[in-house]
Amino acid sequence: MSATAAPPGEFLQHHFTTAEQQADAGKIGMWLFLVTELLLFGGLFVGFAIMQSLHREAFVAAHRHLDRMLGFINTVVLLTSSYTMAMAVHNARTDRRKRVIVYLLLTLICAGIFLGIKYVEYSHKFHEGLLPGRFYSHKGDTVPGQFMFFSFYFMMTGLHGLHILGGMVVMAWVLRRAVRGDFSHSYYTPVDLTGLYWHLVDLIWIYLFPLLYLIK
Amino acid sequence: MSDNYLSSPRGFKSWLTTVDHKRIGVMYLASILFAFLLGGIFAMLIRIELLKPGHNIMSADTYNRVFTLHGAIMIFLFIIPSIPAALGNFVLPLMLGAKDVAFPRLNLASYYIYVAGALLAVTAMVTGGVDTGWTFYTPYSTTTNGSVGLMTFAAFVLGFSSIFTGINFIATIHKLRAPGMGWFRMPLFAWGIYATAIIQVLATPVLGITLLLIIMERVFSVGIFNPQLGGDPILFQHFFWFYSHPAVYIMILPGMAIISEVIPCFSRKTIFGYKAIAYSSIAIAGVSFLVWGHHMFVSGQSPLANVIFSFLTFLVAIPSGVKVFNWIATMYKGSISLEAPMLYAISFLLLFAIGGLTGLFLGALATDVHLHDTYFVVAHFHFVMMGGTVMAFLAGLHYWWPKMFGRMYSEKWARVSAALIFVGFNVTFLSQFVLGSRGMPRRYYNYLDQFQPLHVFSTVGSWILGLGFVIMAGYLWASLRRPLEAPANPWGAVGLEWQTASPPPEHNFEKVPIVTGEPYDYSTPEPEAAEVQA
Repeated sequence: MSATAAPPGEFLQHHFTTAEQQADAGKIGMWLFLVTELLLFGGLFVGFAIMQSLHREAFVAAHRHLDRMLGFINTVVLLTSSYTMAMAVHNARTDRRKRVIVYLLLTLICAGIFLGIKYVEYSHKFHEGLLPGRFYSHKGDTVPGQFMFFSFYFMMTGLHGLHILGGMVVMAWVLRRAVRGDFSHSYYTPVDLTGLYWHLVDLIWIYLFPLLYLIK
Repeated sequence: MSDNYLSSPRGFKSWLTTVDHKRIGVMYLASILFAFLLGGIFAMLIRIELLKPGHNIMSADTYNRVFTLHGAIMIFLFIIPSIPAALGNFVLPLMLGAKDVAFPRLNLASYYIYVAGALLAVTAMVTGGVDTGWTFYTPYSTTTNGSVGLMTFAAFVLGFSSIFTGINFIATIHKLRAPGMGWFRMPLFAWGIYATAIIQVLATPVLGITLLLIIMERVFSVGIFNPQLGGDPILFQHFFWFYSHPAVYIMILPGMAIISEVIPCFSRKTIFGYKAIAYSSIAIAGVSFLVWGHHMFVSGQSPLANVIFSFLTFLVAIPSGVKVFNWIATMYKGSISLEAPMLYAISFLLLFAIGGLTGLFLGALATDVHLHDTYFVVAHFHFVMMGGTVMAFLAGLHYWWPKMFGRMYSEKWARVSAALIFVGFNVTFLSQFVLGSRGMPRRYYNYLDQFQPLHVFSTVGSWILGLGFVIMAGYLWASLRRPLEAPANPWGAVGLEWQTASPPPEHNFEKVPIVTGEPYDYSTPEPEAAEVQA
């Protein structure tokens, strides 16, 4: 380690000279990762837009099978979780360990509620035979071709759900580190980056909700 | 000298768990060379099958699988990771004067993801095979039997490896440059890798989702690419080429980056037009996202889109031309020495020029309608990919070999092999331009008798080419058995990577280098005498 002004902290990796340099690198990496996530979902958004324009009637008819209320509640839940996540980051930056733990727990609970509601929605769809592609078996449709909507519904909300699940795993790890007392104003990158990721997952849902639930 | 990254720490396990960019680079190098061997064997089999019309050594079905594997292996397992992940991993931090890449553990993860993807690809090969071509066009790819699902999943996984490498390199270049190294004092290699990484990050996720959609289509019949279900198979082509055209620049930009290092060194001259070369890398990366439609001129997309894509395609020629002219201007009145790296660099200039110019025939609407899906296309992209990227990769491999392993290879045999590879390459692929312009379609198992002489010519060329690579394998292997005696700076080059020992110590530099001058300063006669540390 070369001689520098800043004392090398416990979590400073050997190839960085300052904690600031390390934190900046982490942020760049995370933002780039978020860009790749946007593009990953972007493919589905483009596919959805084109298929919807080709099969407008079927998509409008199919979306009536979704429960707007549940979708709305989930939107509120996720927005709340973004707030609690932001508060966790804020408190990590200001050395309030207990609050970090509480806010992380609240965020985890919100994520759990979101997935719980999604589970209720999914089981309802399974029950009705509102399934993707060749597994679509809903009876009594007046407009044909509704399976395509549910192909996209399950692919988009499924991929999004996996991201929620992944976020929860990471959050549990960050929580463990917060309990252990790893974070302080000079080192809170993991909380910060988890926050960035979580806001993106939230943002994607904010687009998914009107796209899937509020078509006209 | 005894304590270098190869020997310390010791043990097999220390390699498997290493986070040292140099070791990861070496592991990547071994893996991609193995993939190159595998893909090369498939290439030789294809050429033997095409020696005369009709059945020679394999059935038509096997032939479809073999050319698919040749393409998929060469692209996803060899050429995309070749320069960035293998050579780039090794030299980029050294060139920047850094101790490692920004995220060493992510770097190791990307290697293991690569290995996992490669294993999946091999599993797909032996359990049913894939006969779609590397492009996986729908609706064939969603209906054919075999292991298409597994192969697309393998490519999906490999994509993540590529994304992580890209993220790592961008963060490294932003945050880990040595004191004094501003953006315009970076080696042009770093600029090229930076431009490549941008494409890796922006394009690869789109391929990822596209491949997932193919899997979804196969498992659930989701309908998006299936015209019977109201989907659009052309949409697949748009998605696929939105990644795969920029991916072409993922392959060529790092090659150009190596050429920008080798040519000044062996011409003993400052690079001509540093900023123009740096900006042209970024320009190529930018334009690369706007030209995907030129793969689809005969797909039925709108004539207006065709005209626009054709026009935009011509734009790529500008930054590419800027680079080629600058390299030649660098050589002008230089003191040129023709060691192996320079031989490959000059091969690159000649072959890439042909590859690039024949690309204009394909970018032009009127000629493309005739040349589409013929051997002309095959010859064109082999000139760019093999004549361009592989030649540059070989230039880089020979240039940095002493740095990586601390040993010199036999210069005499290296020249023999470079000559054989150059001649063999031209015999193999120049003939395919003629074949294509006369109407020989690509990917065909059988052909008319009139094409046979040129096919024989091409196949014999592939044997010369193969011999060149066998010799290379021989002398490189032999060099590894020599004692560690390569000097720190065998070529008298000026990059920071030459200021540390060969092979470098575990943390790259004894003390952090400080950059005080411009890059490529070859004005002093023998820079190594003044700058090499003990």
